[in-house]
This record gives sequence, C-alpha cells and structure tokens, in this order.
Amino acid sequence: MSALSQRPAGGVVGQPLPHESAALHVTGHALYTDDLVGRTKDVLHAHPVASPHAHARVVTLDPTPALAVPGVVRVLTADDVPGVNDAGVKHDEPLFPAEAMFVGHAVAWVLAETAEQARLGALAVEVTWEPLPSLVSIHDAIAADSFQGGQPRLLRGDVEAALAEAAHVFSGETEMAGQEHFYLETHASLALVDEAGQVFVQCSTQHPTETQDIVAHVLGVPSHAVTVQCLRMGGGFGGKEMQPHGFAAVAALGATLTGRPVRLRLSRQLDMTMTGKRHGFHAQWRVGFDEDGRLLALDATLTSDGGWSLDLSEPVLARALCHVDNAYWIPHVRVNGRVAQTHKTSQTAFRGFGGPQGMLVIEDVLGRCAPLLGLEPDELRRRSFYAPGQSTPYGQPVRHPERLQRVWDAVLTHGDVARRRADVDAFNAAHERTKRAIALTPVKFGISFNLTAFNQAGALVHVYKDGSVLVTHGGTEMGQGLHTKMLQVAATALGVPLARVRLAPTRTDKVPNTSATAASSAPTSTAAPSRTPASRSATASTPSPPGCSARPPPTSASRTASSAASTASRRCPGKRSSGSPTASGSSCGRPASTAPRDCTGTRRGCRASRSSTSRTAPRPPRSRSTASPAPTGCCASTSSTTSATACPRSSTSARWRAASSRGPGGSPSRTCAGTRATGRPGDA
Amino acid sequence: MGVTVNGTTYPLDGVPVHRSLLDHVRDQGLTGAKEGCAEGECGACSVMVLRADPTDTQAPPRWTALNACLVPRGRVRRPGGRDRRGPRHPRRAAPGPARDGRPRRLPVRLLHARLRLQHGRRVLPARPRGGAFDEHALSGNLCRCNRLPAHPRRRPRARRRPRRRPARAAHHRAGPDRPTGRRHRRRRRFVRPAGLDEALRLLADEPDAVVVAGSTDWGVDVNLKGRRVPLLVGVDRLPELRTLHEAPDHLEIGAALTLSELERGMAGRVPLLDALWPQFASRLIRNGATLGGNLATGSPIGDSAPVLLALEADVVLVGPDGERVVPLDRFFTGYRTSVRRPGELLRAVRIPLPAAGIAAFHKIAKRRYDDISSVAVAHALDVRDGTVVRARIGLGGVAATPVRALATEAALEGRPWSLETVLAASEVLSQEGTPIDDQRASAAYRRAMLGTSLQRLWHDHDHDGQRAEVTA
Repeated sequence: MSALSQRPAGGVVGQPLPHESAALHVTGHALYTDDLVGRTKDVLHAHPVASPHAHARVVTLDPTPALAVPGVVRVLTADDVPGVNDAGVKHDEPLFPAEAMFVGHAVAWVLAETAEQARLGALAVEVTWEPLPSLVSIHDAIAADSFQGGQPRLLRGDVEAALAEAAHVFSGETEMAGQEHFYLETHASLALVDEAGQVFVQCSTQHPTETQDIVAHVLGVPSHAVTVQCLRMGGGFGGKEMQPHGFAAVAALGATLTGRPVRLRLSRQLDMTMTGKRHGFHAQWRVGFDEDGRLLALDATLTSDGGWSLDLSEPVLARALCHVDNAYWIPHVRVNGRVAQTHKTSQTAFRGFGGPQGMLVIEDVLGRCAPLLGLEPDELRRRSFYAPGQSTPYGQPVRHPERLQRVWDAVLTHGDVARRRADVDAFNAAHERTKRAIALTPVKFGISFNLTAFNQAGALVHVYKDGSVLVTHGGTEMGQGLHTKMLQVAATALGVPLARVRLAPTRTDKVPNTSATAASSAPTSTAAPSRTPASRSATASTPSPPGCSARPPPTSASRTASSAASTASRRCPGKRSSGSPTASGSSCGRPASTAPRDCTGTRRGCRASRSSTSRTAPRPPRSRSTASPAPTGCCASTSSTTSATACPRSSTSARWRAASSRGPGGSPSRTCAGTRATGRPGDA
Repeated sequence: MGVTVNGTTYPLDGVPVHRSLLDHVRDQGLTGAKEGCAEGECGACSVMVLRADPTDTQAPPRWTALNACLVPRGRVRRPGGRDRRGPRHPRRAAPGPARDGRPRRLPVRLLHARLRLQHGRRVLPARPRGGAFDEHALSGNLCRCNRLPAHPRRRPRARRRPRRRPARAAHHRAGPDRPTGRRHRRRRRFVRPAGLDEALRLLADEPDAVVVAGSTDWGVDVNLKGRRVPLLVGVDRLPELRTLHEAPDHLEIGAALTLSELERGMAGRVPLLDALWPQFASRLIRNGATLGGNLATGSPIGDSAPVLLALEADVVLVGPDGERVVPLDRFFTGYRTSVRRPGELLRAVRIPLPAAGIAAFHKIAKRRYDDISSVAVAHALDVRDGTVVRARIGLGGVAATPVRALATEAALEGRPWSLETVLAASEVLSQEGTPIDDQRASAAYRRAMLGTSLQRLWHDHDHDGQRAEVTA
C-alpha cells in the first residue's frame, strides 16, 4: 500500500464539508448548461419535428414551409450529416431516422432565433408518414418474437432434476414497469464553433467522452476537434449516460452548419416523450423449495422492454440476471434473459441498472411463496441466505456471508421489528379499512462496472508557482458531491489546505477517454462525507456481477477482480465510493489475469479498450486483501405503510457501500471483450 | 412598464404576451429560477411576488410564492418579484428573505419555514418521524436530487442574522401588483382591466378573449399545448371579484380570490372546504389558482366542483345585462362547457349556511399530493338523531362533467345512519355516473373507488355509539 493510500493525519478527507457549490446553489448563481444561453450571443434554438406515430416511415419531408416561418434559420435533416448518421454506439440509433420508431421520435430539427419560433417552425415542416404496425407492450413484443441483442443465460446445476425432486414447486409471473428519471434539469446542450474551427459543446451529460465520440462521428471529424464540457447536472440518475449524445450532436451539427451557437434544451414534455426510461421487465418463473423451505431451484426467463434500440439494454439485462440471486443460495439456477424490441423510447441506464429488477423477481417469488409454504416471509428469506463456502450462480465466492445473518439480526434488534410488528397487528385488528404492514428485504448489490476497464479514472492536476492547485477530473458533478470529494482528496494527497485547491469543470480536453460517471464506481458516489463512518463500518460490501458471461468464470479471475476499486477506496479512506479518481492521476487498476469471457466484442468494447490503454500507467493489480470485506451486502429495510424504516442507515450504507469489486473477467483492454453488456452498472 | 426583480426594474416592452414571467426573468440573466416542468408541478421556477391582502387593506402586502412558468409576463407588474434560490438544504442557509439582493429559491424556504414553525426556532427533529414532518411543505417540489432534510447535528452558530428583515422596507416600496389598465401590443395583448365594467366591455368587444385569473391552467395550455390567443383578460385583481362576504344564510366567495387567501380567510367556516384545500394541488398553485377559474375551466376532474356540488353552491354570473345566479349542478353542460355565455364572467360562488356536519373529500389520485384525481368524491351529510336528514354527494372523474350522486343521496336520506344504510347506498354510489377507461384509471377502478367511498366516510366518522354493529 502506498503512502498516498493512507489517510494522513489532519487530512480534509472525511471531514463533513458542505457541497463545494452549496453557496452557489443556494443563491442561484450555480450555472447549469441552459443558464449559459443568456451569456452567449446570437444563440439559435432547436426544436424537433416529432413523429406522431409509434412506428411510421417518413415518405416525404419538406422543410420549405418551415423556412418561411419568421425566425427560422435552418432545418436539419439527414442530408446535412457529414459523418455518421447515428446517435448511438451500436449503430442502431439513426440521428435523423427514415423510420420513426416511437411517438415523439425526432426526424428533423428546426433552428430558429427563438425557442417559440423554432417550435412554430417544427410545426410547419411537412412530413408525410406511412404508419406501420407497432408493438407497444412487452407482451406484444414477446408474442411477435420481437427481440434485439444477445440472449444471455445464467446457468448452474441441474434445474430440471432439482425441480423434479423439490418438495414444493411453484410458478408464476412477475412484471414491473419502467420509470422516468425526472432529473430536474432536462437534457440540454449548447454548441458553438470556436475561432479555430473546433466544436465546443457544453452538455448536461454523465459521459462527456462518449458525447464527444458521438458528436465527432456525426460531424465526421476526429475526436480532437470536439470538446465537451459539463459544468454540472441538475440530476442524471442514468438518464444522461447515453441519451444526451444525440442532442449534443444535433446542436453541434447546427453550430457547424450555421456558424452560430445552437442551444438544444428539451422541455419536460419533450424530455419525457423522447428519452429512455428504466427498463420494465417481465419474468416467468418456476421455483422449487425443499421440505425446510430452502430455495432449491429457480428456472426463470427475464424479458426486458428495451424500447426501439439497444442503448444500454444488454448490460442492464446482464445486471438483472446477476442480481436474481440477491442474498440467497439457489443451488440450481437457470435464468434466460432477452431484450424485447418495442416501439417506445430506447430504455436506458437508471439507478440500479437492472439490479433492482432482478432482485425484485426473487423477492416477489419469496413473498408470494411464503404464505403457500406456511412461513413468515422474512423467515423464508432467512433460511436461504448465503452460507460460507457458497458462491453466486456466476461463480463468484460469496465471502463473509455470516455477516448477512448478523446484519439481519441487527436490523431486527435495532429496528425493534418485533414491537413494530405487534403494533402493526394491533393497528390492523383495530382498523377495518386501513391496513399496515412491515417487511424486511435483504439486498446484495454489485458496485462498479463489470467491464473492468471502465473502473478507472483520471485527473489533471496543476500546481502553480504560488502553490495553488487546479484539479480537473473525469467525473461529472450531478449534485452528488463528487467535486467536493475530489477537492478533499487532492488537498489531502498534496498536503495543502483545502482553500488552495480549486476544481475546474469536467472537460474532455483536460481529461480524455473517461468512463461514465455511473455505477457507483469511480466518480458517481453520492458522497456525503459526514456519513462516512457509517459507511465504513457497514459490513456490507458487494460482489460485482460479471457481465453477460453467465457461465461461472474462473475463480482466479474473480479473486483478482476487486483490486482497482478496493485500492482506490483504501487510498481515499473515508470515502464511500470506490475507485475515486485521485489527484495522483489514474487510479486504474488492472487485473493481471485475463480470464476468458464469452462476451461479444463490439465497437463498444474496442472503444473501451482504446480508452483504457491510453490511460497513463495503470496500477498493478493488488491481491485482494482483507480490507475490503467481500460479498454479501445485506441490508434490511422496511417498506411498509408505517413509513418507518427500520434501519435506514444500514440500508444506505449497504447500497452505496462500494468496497469492492469487479466481476470476474480479464482485462478487456487485451481481450477486447465486452460490449457494455459486460457490465455497466447504472449510475447512482 | 416593467417587472421589478430584486429591486431592478426590467422593461416589458417588446416582450411577447405569452412569454412567461420565468422566461422573462431568465432572459435578464437571472438564473436562480429554472424551468423544470413548465406546468407548475416541480417548483423550480418559484418566485415571490408582493400582494395586498384582499380582506384587510391595512395589512402590509404579503410575499406570495408562485410558479413563474405559469404566469404570463404581463400579469406581474412591479411585483418586486424576487429571483430567489433558496437553500437546497436547509442546514446550509438560514431562512428569511434574500439579503443583498441575492436570489433565493423559495420552495425549500417554505419547507424550512414549516419545519421551524413546527419545531421551534432552534430545534429541528433529529429525523422526521411519523407525522412530525410536514409533507405539504414538500408538495410542489419534485426535485429528486434533494434528500429530505438531513438535520444538522449542531446548528451553525455564527452568522445568525437579525430577525428583522432588512429587505422589509423594500417590500413596501415595491408596492403590491395592482390593476394596470390597458396594455396594447401590436398583435397579442394582455389586459388587466381596472374594474368589472371595463372587463365586461372588453369581453363584449372581443368574444375570443381568454379570461385568466391564476393562469395555473391556462399557463399549461400555453407552455405545453402551444395555445396563443389575441387577447388575454386578467381578472385576478378585479376588486369586484375579490370579496369575501358572509351573510346569515350564505357565504359569498369572490371568484378571483386565490385558494390560499380563502384558506386563510375562511378557516373553520365550512368543514368540507377545510378538507378540500390540503388536497388541492400544491401551495404554489393555491397561491395563484382561484375558485372561479377552477369552475369556469369546466374540467370534469377539477377538485373544487365536487365539493361545491356537495355544498349546494350557486355561482354568480355577471354579464352586460347584469347578474344571474345559477345552481352549480346546472352550471356544467358538457365536457368543459357550461351555461356561462360569452361575455359573462363568473363573479362569485355562494355557499349556503350552515354547512353540513359530516364532511369528507376523497380524492383518489396516483400521488397523494399535487396530482389530478382519478375519482373525487365529496360528502356533506347531516345526521340528526341517528337519521340522515340531508345527504349531498358531489362526484368528479365519473362523467363528462362533475355530477351530483342523486340516487345515492336518495338512498341515504331518511334512513338511519347505519352500516346497512351505508352498504346499500355504496352499491348505488358505485353505479353512479359513466366512468371511462383512460390513462388515469380504468372505469372498473373508478367504480370500485366509488363503492368504497361511503364506507370510508362511515368508518372515519365513528360516531356517537349510534352506529350499528360492524359485521364486516
């Protein structure tokens, strides 16, 4: 362990400080992307020409009437794209599509002097549509066999034999809907062309590097001709991990074609209509229990509603599969995953990134089977907790599983659950029409990107002659306090007072090739420094699920898996997150072993490898040591109408705890493995 | 002519009529207010405007929080509106008005003020626990980034500012927003007539004019549906529409009084109205919305109509030919239509007194606060000696207009106030109206909710040992 990874006495890391922008937030002086418009001259405003159909071909598109609308300067169409007409990384998201795939799909954009004129201009664009059959519900898609992407399978043991022998077998379906991110700041981009012809895009994005990539390929220019800056976001929640790119590209395209700054900000209505949401899931399951009510086998098919394009659906699905076990030992498992293609927005990352959906399946199974087995739901859950020596269905040993039981007992005791339960019973007996309930649910959650190359970070640190320090790092600030934390880390690492350190906004020309601020990994951690002691003391840490490789990977790989994250977390003691970017540059750790994976390599994976190989001096892997207790984060929290939470702190800490780890798997940089499907846990 | 924000007056000349106050303020480079939803739900755009107290002309004007995204820019003249950003986190900024002209964001200030009110000046609860936390204070503030207040272990001692607000003098200087007379624009105009006569003349001259008061509904049409009209007539400051008059046998409520003003002005007078206010949108909306607007817009799911139907309210319409009084149950004629003629204004609402003793407003909505109801049921029952002597039930969301549940009322009146009666009447109630399937709820769900409403009323009013034995 290097000296830097030890917390020096008197360091500001760990001190409960206000958010570095708190005063600005409070006074309204903190600038968000759209606040820059007032400071920029001659800005053009963009408005989409949106499809009124869920699925329709564009027969003709005539922008001429729009140009007659006062104030309209230009209508952007597919013909204007000098580079690749695609807003995604999988080449399945045409930026100006010839076929609208959901209601609200933009097929052209109107630029005008004011937002109102742009809106009127968009209304004036004449489009003739040829409506096509559409699939709107996940059931429609399943019935029509409409799927996209890979269909991974999580497999262990002999499910059929186990179900045949099981004392109790139940089956059922579980369905959950999607969710809108509702970041308070909607998608916003402001693009301009500077004096050297370089495109400068200010964008509300969790992933500036990818925004830069997309803008560059749409414009047909190298990445060095595009700079993306994110001052701060008014919330992201995963909704700005992949979705901002197309909007940024439209703004950049408009700016290059007109020579004027172009602002594209979605109204809430447009934002809700046009951008992806959390994946809804459908699960069909059979489950077997032994005589003692312990889980014996699970056979399930998880279908996610991916919307019209893949976006992050594959990694979300992978993460759902890897969380189906939640905190339970299921000896025989077979879970099939698939992504339905429907005519809706392209569903995307959202806090938890498929994990909650996967966990909900098994929790629903247990909750519904408990009465059938004649057991209390929490007792049924307790009986199947992971025990020492067991591993997840994907082969990662669950270390220190005894802590699961300990945390569970602690919640029961500290949360005074028995008394609450008696209160609930008394209330229910006394109230005929209002009922209360109390429930406990364990959560084991994987942190960090499964594609280990993404668990990296970088910073550019200037030390000036007067001793002042300027830090730029690759993470983006979205209210979670990352910048505050980085200030603390830099000041502590350099041994200077906090006031000496200043943070500059996240920019791709300062720190290149970054990972998304996501996955509770590097830069997302919702830092609340004052809570650090709690997080540290929490026993819960979590294994990171592997990616789409559902077969058990070699254990050696998974043992090496946690180095980067735990390294960083040790280096920044007191921080909740792992893998914090540090002032010393890259904290990227790479495992030595390159375990085989069967993920499909794609452009995405190559991009990842490109970025990680360009990192400076990645740290050598560390063997996993004791500092970072392994799996089995368990937290119990109550969800009930009593609105009480038995142990909110433990729930918080277990969820956000970021002690470990990465999934098994080798260095993608060498194997070029992994689409994002290999594991991009969502943002936090 | 201009809008005064934080002491600086910004001219309104050349600003399009339909431009919202929010956009206008942001155009001036004041970034404290943001557009979060453009429909008055999220609170990111809140501003405070100075308003006179309608019931007490001597009282100093009051800072009132509004959703700036819904306010046509012409509606606020010299409001002293402040570009306010409040603390995202109460611990980090003390309450109180902006100092040094620095903007504050209001919503959280409301929240903070409530907390202080409840828990004294110094002590905040270590953690909100059952009931101690005022959820209403959060209504209308949808930001998901903010956690509920994490309360400070210790309060910052330093920098406590004097209680007396230095900005107070400025409040008075700014003066309340008051009628401003005509304001002609080349094409589209916003006119705020000084008196009723002028308003009626305007409406007679231009039948296509849209009347706005709080513009909490109109603002959404403008922002989301792109509606534009040549003439907006602002009636929110018309003195004739802002009276609150109590006669021995009825209350007369001015149609342009805001709901917050009514809430303050007639607390405790009518139990059913007291039950209505907390469920009627957010504080920010109630600060602008009016009873007249809620009725005149004619929505079948407006919150006030079922309540006023149950109260047997009349509406007072005024036109060029004088006034006429229409019982509310004959006011609505169809989806968003009413007997109000072009050129007529809804001047007041009359509620007969005394109001019924058993009152409840059941608003079934997906969110507890700040949502539009799927079904709304307002009950007003008088029970004497164990017998229901009068039952009035107003329904929203079950037909093209708000309706009275006449069959149910008949099934209750004259019967003993017992569970048998309630169960029998519930059957009748579940068959009232013609509910439809839409995005808010299915017809079956609406019927089911109707069926349980009376039972809920019964169980919530566990009365006087008179009720029959509970068998269910």
